[in-house]
Amino acid sequence: MATFQLTVNGQRKEVDVDASTPLLWVLREDLKMTGTKYGCGISACGACTVHVDGVATRSCVVPVSLIGNRPIVTIEGVAQDPMGRKVQDAWVEKDVVQCGYCQSGQIMSAVALLKANPKPTDQNIEESMGGNLCRCATYVRIREAIKSASQQLT
Amino acid sequence: MRAAIKLESDLQLTRRSFLRASAIATGGLLVSLYLDIPVSAQEGNQAPPAKVYPPDAFVHVRPDGKIVIQVNRLEFGQGVQTALPMILADELDADWSQVIAELAPAADVYKDPFFGIQMVGGSGSIAHSFKQYRELGAKTRAMLVAAAADRWHVTSDQCRTENSVVYGPGNRSARYADLAKDAAHKPVPDKVTLKNPPDFRLIGKPVKRLDSRPKCDGSQKFGLDLDLPKMKIAVVAHPPVFGGRVKSFDDKAARSLTGVREVFEIPLANGSGVAVVAEKFWPAKQARDLLKIDWDLSGVEHADSAELQARYKQLAGATGNVAVARGDEKALDRIPAARRIVAEYEFPYLAHTPMEPLNATVRFDGDEAEAWVPSQFQTMDQMTIAQVLGLKPDKVTFHTEFAGGGFGRRAVIDSHVPREAAVIAKRLRGTPVKLIWTREDDVRGGYYRPLHVHRVEIGIGPDGMPSAWRHVIVGQSLVAGTPFAAMMIKNGVDNTAVEGAADTSYQIPNFHVSAHHPTVNVPVLWWRSVGNTHTAFVMETLVDELATRARMDPIAYRHKLLKDDAKKLRSVLDLLDEKSAWRKRLPKGHAIGIAVHECFDTAVACAVDVSLENKRPKIHRATVAVNCGLAVNPLTVESQFQAGLGFGITQLMAKGAITLKDGRVEQRNFDGYTPPYIGDVPVTVDVHIVPSTEAPTGCGEPPVPVISPAVVNALAKLTGKRYRSLPLVSL
Repeated sequence: MATFQLTVNGQRKEVDVDASTPLLWVLREDLKMTGTKYGCGISACGACTVHVDGVATRSCVVPVSLIGNRPIVTIEGVAQDPMGRKVQDAWVEKDVVQCGYCQSGQIMSAVALLKANPKPTDQNIEESMGGNLCRCATYVRIREAIKSASQQLT
Repeated sequence: MRAAIKLESDLQLTRRSFLRASAIATGGLLVSLYLDIPVSAQEGNQAPPAKVYPPDAFVHVRPDGKIVIQVNRLEFGQGVQTALPMILADELDADWSQVIAELAPAADVYKDPFFGIQMVGGSGSIAHSFKQYRELGAKTRAMLVAAAADRWHVTSDQCRTENSVVYGPGNRSARYADLAKDAAHKPVPDKVTLKNPPDFRLIGKPVKRLDSRPKCDGSQKFGLDLDLPKMKIAVVAHPPVFGGRVKSFDDKAARSLTGVREVFEIPLANGSGVAVVAEKFWPAKQARDLLKIDWDLSGVEHADSAELQARYKQLAGATGNVAVARGDEKALDRIPAARRIVAEYEFPYLAHTPMEPLNATVRFDGDEAEAWVPSQFQTMDQMTIAQVLGLKPDKVTFHTEFAGGGFGRRAVIDSHVPREAAVIAKRLRGTPVKLIWTREDDVRGGYYRPLHVHRVEIGIGPDGMPSAWRHVIVGQSLVAGTPFAAMMIKNGVDNTAVEGAADTSYQIPNFHVSAHHPTVNVPVLWWRSVGNTHTAFVMETLVDELATRARMDPIAYRHKLLKDDAKKLRSVLDLLDEKSAWRKRLPKGHAIGIAVHECFDTAVACAVDVSLENKRPKIHRATVAVNCGLAVNPLTVESQFQAGLGFGITQLMAKGAITLKDGRVEQRNFDGYTPPYIGDVPVTVDVHIVPSTEAPTGCGEPPVPVISPAVVNALAKLTGKRYRSLPLVSL
């Protein structure tokens, strides 16, 4: 067991966990932030996507010991960023969700995409969102919501 | 699950249910459904337990103006948590902005009025509860109006309602919240007049989901997110071959990990396993990885996909138990070989893999227990937990948790996940235990859509239409040996294996469908749209082939082949024809594929635009026409069809199969069993709903069956090949 200092959604947190513990489980079980989801544990579904230093990251395969002092943003804090809020609003406006379990990860990936590329093409969307599985397959509306958020950026 | 599962139908018939209104301590009007012979009374307990809010309540008009509506089903994406309250709120004339929806716990009153158990399945949520929720709303409204009429010394007829307010003569008005206390003393009317459809304010209108925002900001809690004081996390090591048992195990290394509390062998629904209980998930999983288990795999069948396929093909050569026999079975033999098609189809096992891994939380307190389960089968799961703990079901308080998908996977007759959780919780008395199935447990854990082989022989008449059709289906029964068998197996045929073929609306004079149900040591389960996943594929690819041979337009051919009374199917073919004009001017290298199918009383027609990219089908767009009777929430219906089509694409994926070799599942996670991602589904899916005022029918499963045959029919045009084996590994 070891102590780690993390910055999550702008707040300093301290956790005492095994160094191999993936960031996902630190968020969910130690920090009680369950918006970030476990879907596969092998970075194959994207349900656990968070931003580490602004980069969309699969938190299920990143040991907490590798985070260092890089800031973490999760679905619970993404609305602090105007882009995050816009994307969430677009998701609600387009009535995207079904079961909703993957949508935290979808939104985190979409926010990262739009920050890097405010006017993504369909192909850009497929590349950036290509690792986020939605078993309900709400992809048509996910795509619409990303385009809608993109339009509101101008 | 198309066939009625009226497990408790006799019981239902002898029990009158009635509504009762009451005021409760926290204020307001509570409308509850009481059953006059509670289950416990039937079991000899003369004093039925006093029921308190919410176990029998449906609607609570609170003093603060909020209207809390209990949803008698699991919400797992299909949208009932919005649609059922819409139905009730419409008849109640409630202010929709003040409506709060809650998922009801397990209780008799929340049982599906048709199935007799509390469940989601058979795409029946709206179809079965439409009338029920309308009446609840209308009766609650009538009591509020009666209270207002009394107050103003007028008759109810002189009052009208809108947005949670009763209006009376002379500009009088009163809010529901202010009338609730008086209304609670009014008798619940026996009969009530329901609205005429033109008067609907919510039903039939596009209404946004109530659970949208919490699912976008991370605040929605699913079963897996549950956190209780002193809760422990459990994982289970399952045998590598179904039904295997633990011979011995070494847990020394596992126990040495910080946070690991207990390691012990447990009985499973099939065989045995080793449970690890820890403070948190990560130590539990690490400890499980460190277990050294010696498994006894003798005496259990080591199923093997290749072997099963060979065996099934042989079986398909002979007639099985007869599902339908119309006309002359020998007619086929009189048709010359040049006018015959012989087609053999293969379908693999499929896993559901809902996004939220399977889980159940149970706390056992000795004489009672509490459970939190994202469950499609509350009645069965509650019974199973009670049985494991030696309690009566009503001693298990059962909370329905939001589920991250399910597609049938959370409706398991043997309740194996809650069963494991209960077994573990029994040992840790007083401590809540959350059992988590990892994705690997899920992919390898069975309860798959069964592997199937179909063999079809068709004789074509001189007019190009099929005059004889002999169809043999081979696959495991979903319900053999379970309490569901009596209702769903007839003449040795499991209806869930032949639905979509035996009940086809195509008019074929000499028509014969039979089935073999081999027993195989692989647990199987309904997978969204059940038998239609394979039967619709067979029917619609063959009919397409027949249309091509007859050189007829695929829509016109289907029209010609359909029975005269196949009204819903005809309506969607017409609407599809109208809305898919794009199919007449396709880019070079693209082809159109058509499929149409009716299941769960809903008809769906689909047209897809497909090209080949890197030897894979690229689906550019899909147009869908739907007849689901009255579409209660067209926004949800559209969403179900847009996305449900995508779910159906699972069957076409290169890695869209679960395979077994020597008893072991060869896939372990989404790397080996890969459902569709965003690039695998069409960019555009336009959904068109046939206007209707007929009773609403299912929308959860009907989107799934049509896409695979439609895509494969397009591929046939592009490559000249008829693809009869799924998944589409190579083109």
